[in-house]
Amino acid sequence: MDTLIGDWIGRIAEAARSGRPLAIRGGASKAFYGGPEQGEAFDVSAYRGIVAYEPTELVVTARAGTPLVELAAALAEEGQWLAFEPPHFGPAATVGGMLAAGLSGPRRQAVGAVRDFVLGVKVLTGLGEVLSFGGQVMKNVAGYDVARLMAGSLGTLGVVLEVSLKVLPLPVAERSLRFALDEATALARLNQWGGRPLPISASAWHDGVLTLRLSGAAAAVAAAQRELAGEALGDAEGEAFWDSLREQRHSFFAGDAPLWRLSLPSATSVQALGPTLIEWGGAQRWLRGGDPMGIRAAAAKAGGHATLFRGDQALKRSVGVFQPLTAPLARIHRHLKRAFDPQGVFNAGRMYPEF
Amino acid sequence: MSLQSTVADRRFAVDRQGLIRRLREVLPTPALLVEEEDMRPYDCDGLTAYRQLPLIVALPEDEAQVQAILAICHELRAPVVARGAATGLSGGAMPHPDGVLVSLAKLKKILRVDPVSRTAVVEPGVRNLAVSEAAAPHGLYYAPDPSSQIACTIGGNVAENSGGVHCLKYGLTVHNVMRVRGLTIEGEVVEFGNAALDAPGYDLLALVNGSEGLLAMITEVTVRLTPKPELAQVVIASFADVGKAGDAVASIIATGIIPAGLEMMDRKAIHAVEPYVNAGYDMDAEGILLCESDGTPEEVAEEIGRMVAVLENSGASGIRVSQNESERLRFWAGRKAAFPAVGRMTPDYLCMDGTIPRKRLAEMLQAIAGLSAKYGLRCANVFHAGDGNLHPLIMYDANQPGELDRAAAFGAEILELSVRFGGTITGEHGVGIEKIMLMAEQFTEAEIAAFHRLKAAFDEHGLLNPGKGVPTLARCREYTQARGGIAPAAPRY
Repeated sequence: MDTLIGDWIGRIAEAARSGRPLAIRGGASKAFYGGPEQGEAFDVSAYRGIVAYEPTELVVTARAGTPLVELAAALAEEGQWLAFEPPHFGPAATVGGMLAAGLSGPRRQAVGAVRDFVLGVKVLTGLGEVLSFGGQVMKNVAGYDVARLMAGSLGTLGVVLEVSLKVLPLPVAERSLRFALDEATALARLNQWGGRPLPISASAWHDGVLTLRLSGAAAAVAAAQRELAGEALGDAEGEAFWDSLREQRHSFFAGDAPLWRLSLPSATSVQALGPTLIEWGGAQRWLRGGDPMGIRAAAAKAGGHATLFRGDQALKRSVGVFQPLTAPLARIHRHLKRAFDPQGVFNAGRMYPEF
Repeated sequence: MSLQSTVADRRFAVDRQGLIRRLREVLPTPALLVEEEDMRPYDCDGLTAYRQLPLIVALPEDEAQVQAILAICHELRAPVVARGAATGLSGGAMPHPDGVLVSLAKLKKILRVDPVSRTAVVEPGVRNLAVSEAAAPHGLYYAPDPSSQIACTIGGNVAENSGGVHCLKYGLTVHNVMRVRGLTIEGEVVEFGNAALDAPGYDLLALVNGSEGLLAMITEVTVRLTPKPELAQVVIASFADVGKAGDAVASIIATGIIPAGLEMMDRKAIHAVEPYVNAGYDMDAEGILLCESDGTPEEVAEEIGRMVAVLENSGASGIRVSQNESERLRFWAGRKAAFPAVGRMTPDYLCMDGTIPRKRLAEMLQAIAGLSAKYGLRCANVFHAGDGNLHPLIMYDANQPGELDRAAAFGAEILELSVRFGGTITGEHGVGIEKIMLMAEQFTEAEIAAFHRLKAAFDEHGLLNPGKGVPTLARCREYTQARGGIAPAAPRY
């Protein structure tokens, strides 16, 4: 056993004994996300490095402290990447933080989310056990899919030590197109196009402008561009635009007003709850400010949910970061937490205040 | 050690007459089977070598009836096993001797097909192919296509996280299901996932997919529908050497192509299939690859060109490209009929399901040939080459004393090797009872214990499908001791 992990196991036992929870930290780039950190900071960023990478197997295994930029560079050398375009939110972002936050970028609707690319994990539980789930192969149904469960669990179930991820070849060609459309028309078009075999890899609507990105084989991108028309963006301009969305540097995200993320069925009609930026073909809608209870109710009514993505601690405390769960689901959550972290050592209150 | 006995590792003291009386109060008479001859057809799934009669068979017609059954079983602490079309190959739907077998076959309504949001809401007893048929008028389909798709149900697909021949590009069941509505063992309604792309809290939807009926009873599923590609074409390449075929697979991926399907069959499988369906396969080849491209006509033309070049460079002895849709379907018909075709050659067969890193393919096929000689049993190989999932079909005759045991031992050796090669004992068929002992090959005791705690988070008394999927810790020790006290040989990263 790695001495580093041996030390951590001691620290976890001590935390369990003393009842002082640990707040797991990688690059701290997503510290803003979720409930406030509680307890002692537990820096796990030192456990880093790519363990195995086989381009022809389409699999990479990396330690959780590996910076995302380092992983991306290694994949790019082989013409591959993490196709779900995870947001970094800072240069220090790590693979472990990416998995724990479970956030995906502009390509999510086209290719899937972080959880869809997770093949295996090695995790250090609140009992101080190092356990492996899943593996390095594409298909694996032995045992419960704990590896995917870790995606988006916000470190509440344990410290992720290693992750195996499916990687994909970089798209051969990309082209971004712009259309002047109001919100309702843009939503209708996105859902209509979504039902056709078009190589749309990202979409965003804001302030009367719909931007689309086409990705794939050169011939397919060219054919779709001819059909959809629209105003083509330069390659650099297009890339900068999608980066600014993924990293939330776009002007929509500036300022201190609370930022809400609404995850809705893509065909949900215009919500008119405040300034809006739409992504994922209508399935992800960002909102600035607004009435928290009204937002939560509207999201639930539409069949989705609303997350207070960025906001001050007072607001987070009063309305909660995540949409409340139904009673049976809340019970299953508490029991799962207990199954992996019975003493409540990790990331207390980061997901829901009860655990 | 008989695999069958593991299902009865835990016995439940259930008063059969009392249970029947209670169930009669909530179910119409025809929805309850209690006579042995009526229950006999439910004593196994696709793993026909292992059979077990339940105490009672229930055939509910709606969610409310399922809910009533569960509430009673929970109260009386009687185990419950769910069953769809029983096409599963690992014994996951084999009944428990002390419990109720709940057939969900009557919950077979397609509740909604929404072409705008590209989703379908279906009951668990709806057949996989029926979803695609209902979506076809809108130019949409349900992507996961297990070979049993004519018969297998969506509920079973979710329980097993079923794959198919197109999952390298389009994903498994877990990637194509958005929401599962179900019931806890207490009979409470739970919804995992929703109509959006994600849900708050833990990803319980991912957990439920592939949970083999151990966590909840499924009553409704929302699936994602995929736009049908404008065109699909398949290339068949023949190889005089299976090693070369394996290398060709790696070369295709290395070129940056993700084929819509990438399948391999060895000589025995080709010879089983060709006389049966006349798919047009090369009977002189040691192995063939089927490599599919789909998309716009321009995209397909470009990709097929690149695939053919790679296959030629990899030493293919013959290459054919489907020229029209009926030829494409004929090429695939052979692969899809591989199991029944082998079934014609032998009284019985066991289908293995290990997944290995693709680069170990040639080595694995060699090892299987060696094992075939060692056990004196024939074995045909079909392989989801794109994602490393191997299906050796071990042929045996259950009427010959000892042959089933030999076949099972042969299969176990293949799966142990799969784990040692860095893979898994099951890619898509599930653990069920068939591979339950081999879980101890792949997982440590601490990991098995974590699975049991996870299960208890959903089902405190262990009433849902007991004896399946995860072995007891006592069984793990038994397995380890039988192997000379050697702990799992799995590469631990």
